[in-house]
Amino acid sequence: MTSRRDFIKIAGVSLGGMTAGGKAAYQAMANTLEKNSLDPTLLNRTPTYCEVCFWKCAGWVYKKPDGDIWKITGNPDDYNCNGRFCPRGTGGVGMYYDEDRLQTPLIREGKRGSQYYRKATWDEALDKVAEGMKKIAQEHGPECVALFNHGSGGTYFGHLMKAFGSPNIAAPSYAQCRGPREVAFLATFGEGVESPERTDIRDTRCLVLIGSHLGENMHNGQVQEMSDAIDKGATIITVDPRFSTAAGKSKFWLPIKPATDLALLLSWIHVIINEGWYDKDYVDKNTFGFDLLREHVQNMTPEWAYGITTIAPHIIRETAREMANASPAVIIHPGRHVTWYGDDSQRLRAVAILNAILGSWGRRGGYYNPDTLKLPEYPHPPFPTPQRTWREAFPGKYPLAGLALASGLCDATIPALTRNCSIKGWIVDGTNLIETLPNQKNTIEAIQNLDLLVVVDTMPMEITGWADVILPECTYLERYDTVRTGPHRQPQLALRMPAVAPRYDTKPASWMAKELAKRLGLEAYFAWESIEELIDWQLKQVGSSLAEMQRIGVKTFPRKYDDLYFNPAESYEFNTSTGKIELYSNEFANAGFDPIPNYTPHEEPPPGFYRLNYGRGPAHTFSRTSNNPNLTDIMDENVLWINPKVAQEWGIKPGQEIWLKNQDGVVSQFPIKARVTERIRWDSVYMVHGFGHDDKRLTRCYGKGASDTRMITKVHIDPVMGGTGMRGNFVTFLFEPETMEAKS
Amino acid sequence: MRYAMAVDTKKCVGCSDCVVACQTENHVPIGYCRDWVVEVTDGTYPQLEIELRSERCNHCNNSPCVRCCPTGASHYSEGGIVLVTPNECIGCGACIASCPYDARYPHPDGYVDKCTFCIHRIKKGLKPACVAVCPTRCMYFGDLDDPKSEVSEVLKRRKHKTLIPEAGTSPQLYFLI
Ligand code: SF4
Ligand code: SF4
Ligand code: SF4
Repeated sequence: MTSRRDFIKIAGVSLGGMTAGGKAAYQAMANTLEKNSLDPTLLNRTPTYCEVCFWKCAGWVYKKPDGDIWKITGNPDDYNCNGRFCPRGTGGVGMYYDEDRLQTPLIREGKRGSQYYRKATWDEALDKVAEGMKKIAQEHGPECVALFNHGSGGTYFGHLMKAFGSPNIAAPSYAQCRGPREVAFLATFGEGVESPERTDIRDTRCLVLIGSHLGENMHNGQVQEMSDAIDKGATIITVDPRFSTAAGKSKFWLPIKPATDLALLLSWIHVIINEGWYDKDYVDKNTFGFDLLREHVQNMTPEWAYGITTIAPHIIRETAREMANASPAVIIHPGRHVTWYGDDSQRLRAVAILNAILGSWGRRGGYYNPDTLKLPEYPHPPFPTPQRTWREAFPGKYPLAGLALASGLCDATIPALTRNCSIKGWIVDGTNLIETLPNQKNTIEAIQNLDLLVVVDTMPMEITGWADVILPECTYLERYDTVRTGPHRQPQLALRMPAVAPRYDTKPASWMAKELAKRLGLEAYFAWESIEELIDWQLKQVGSSLAEMQRIGVKTFPRKYDDLYFNPAESYEFNTSTGKIELYSNEFANAGFDPIPNYTPHEEPPPGFYRLNYGRGPAHTFSRTSNNPNLTDIMDENVLWINPKVAQEWGIKPGQEIWLKNQDGVVSQFPIKARVTERIRWDSVYMVHGFGHDDKRLTRCYGKGASDTRMITKVHIDPVMGGTGMRGNFVTFLFEPETMEAKS
Repeated sequence: MRYAMAVDTKKCVGCSDCVVACQTENHVPIGYCRDWVVEVTDGTYPQLEIELRSERCNHCNNSPCVRCCPTGASHYSEGGIVLVTPNECIGCGACIASCPYDARYPHPDGYVDKCTFCIHRIKKGLKPACVAVCPTRCMYFGDLDDPKSEVSEVLKRRKHKTLIPEAGTSPQLYFLI
């Protein structure tokens, strides 16, 4: 045990400078590891946390008598899932059994995109990747290699990139998804919403969902808590042009005209201030800029908003009243995928402000204060300082972007006169960029300019078809991974360990990154012998161990402070320029943006066109699950929701296959079946994201349904943080694919 | 003892987790299912209502499927659970035709299969797989003869209905409305 204490000291002092003491400590640890760690093949159930979506529910994997995987169920101790996985997590077995999986490393022969690959050994493949990375580093600098990642493997590749000297690490979950919400909440409260969201839905009395379709998106803990809230009689208010599942559970459904949500939000703020329904004590004590806000919204009456949103003034007042009655146990939900129209940071600022004046931040039934247990990093030498970052590709733009933009890195790959270096190499781990980034043409142009494209995935997603080298990852059921930390009401750790040995010639990302590090002369950054050793070391720093976690799967720790909710008797300082909740944002003002949000109208569909809205189906996650045998059994294609009046006008019958054409003349590659339903407004259509795959190696989902991403060619960039607004695209219908040229 | 299940249509979100969990728990081959989700939409935009229901065998008290089975493979088991003994089943399909709820399917291995209320789990004191997995906790299971069971309690408290009661099968799957 003394060696461990010493080791902590070394790690702390030299920030990972490798010393002889460190080496000895590793050895001591490697020895104890043996007796501490369990052989997974001997256990009848092994812990994991789910990798089908970002919610990362912890569960147990059970095996059949033949030793293969039987089922996955939730771990009752886990706060993210409370013992219940969502359908995708339950169907996660299909990721393991999918016979279309990538089975061996592949190296491309022939032109990029030509899809001629030869099987390679791991040595060959990794050598090639390392060579490519070195060449780029020599010719252009290590910053010209970028990492796109989504999921747990990103930890290891991210670490590799930092050791290599590149800060260009981006997850599409920022600029293509929840970035605006984080920026807006940071500017207002000095803290982001984080994931899992800090919404205290369990105890709320009023939940307001704006375009957020909980129950169709199975963000597990939130869906569970929404159900608890229904049981307890909470009021749900849903704002959505579509009669979503959540709308079906709501006391109020506001069938808003698409793209006008900000006007509704401002009018709610107007009513709540003018009627004196705001939380006066809370506002006085904690906020900055209330008078400016009051003045700002004076003209933003429900009558004003009616003309914009089509929501009747009395409904706006009545719903505002509901929120105020529930205050502070009210949640105006920030949503998750919020990159819609390009002014999303401002819309989310309005959401934050509304929550603030109702006093729900840091209050029971509103937003709780989460706590996270951070695990110390395994000691490593300091990272080199990069010479350039992605920001320099966009001088003066997106000042409030807190994280790298996946779309930005993609754009920075296309050579421009204004840049002295474009990005030359991509490592893409677990994200199908072709279906994730809007404007596919742009993505492909960027790819064509690369010297190196490496894809790490479990499935032959479209992006793998463009790769120079494909590194097949084993699924989360076949590997150890970084220990799950993540915020919640109380900090928890969750372990993922292999239930079975990897099928085929596949490997974990942790192993790949370490092997690449060896080839790049960066092994000092991956000083652990095995991932078991790394995890055991990390866990021991916080008083657990690999052996303990293998037994229990999830461990709960006490909170650092007893402040799940604010104590009204105390004063708090917020991490903003004024130390207050900023209703008027100095950060936005200083960066040249509206310090209090304003409504600006968005473009409307031309005659004969309909706004394309997209969302989630409960059985799928992005395009990642579309070939999963268990989940395609539940839903194997997406359909296009069309209002019956629109369908009648066009003569479209239920179930009829139609092609879509967007405002830029882009036609869907495959037809999509019409779902003629009253559940959608006449000015928009809707489809579930993640279908219409055009890679034939995906045998179950090839050509099933249509890809929304393909139709999203017009992107409205959020000037505040670079988010890619994707809901300003309009489609019309074609009855035969042939007519596309003739008509356009 | 009388086992029964209640599904709260006010909470069900139609996610089909109950279906996936049943398939994996009971090794139901892909392409088949013992339970399924029904969505009923009523009204015109914007005056709308939807009902979501997770459906399965109703374990009827008066089951035409048991009555018409020529071999006795379909039978009542403990607590009124209607079961099929695979090796007694000749796959004639009479029961499939007789069930008003379409709750049975021909298993590719040559027998007829259906929901068992996860009797193998109940015997171990566990809940049926669908009930145990449901993220909205909208399903209740237990013994109707026990007034304190979860299902008895919720049926006392809440308005409910059964499907096609006029078929006279006395279904034991209740929907809270
Ligand atoms: S919400 Fe579902 S898919 Fe996401 S991690 Fe949890 S079980 Fe897996
Ligand atoms: S799992 Fe629960 S919420 Fe999901 S469809 Fe089944 S009954 Fe409904
Ligand atoms: S629902 Fe059908 S299969 Fe089930 S007991 Fe009733 S009649 Fe028989």
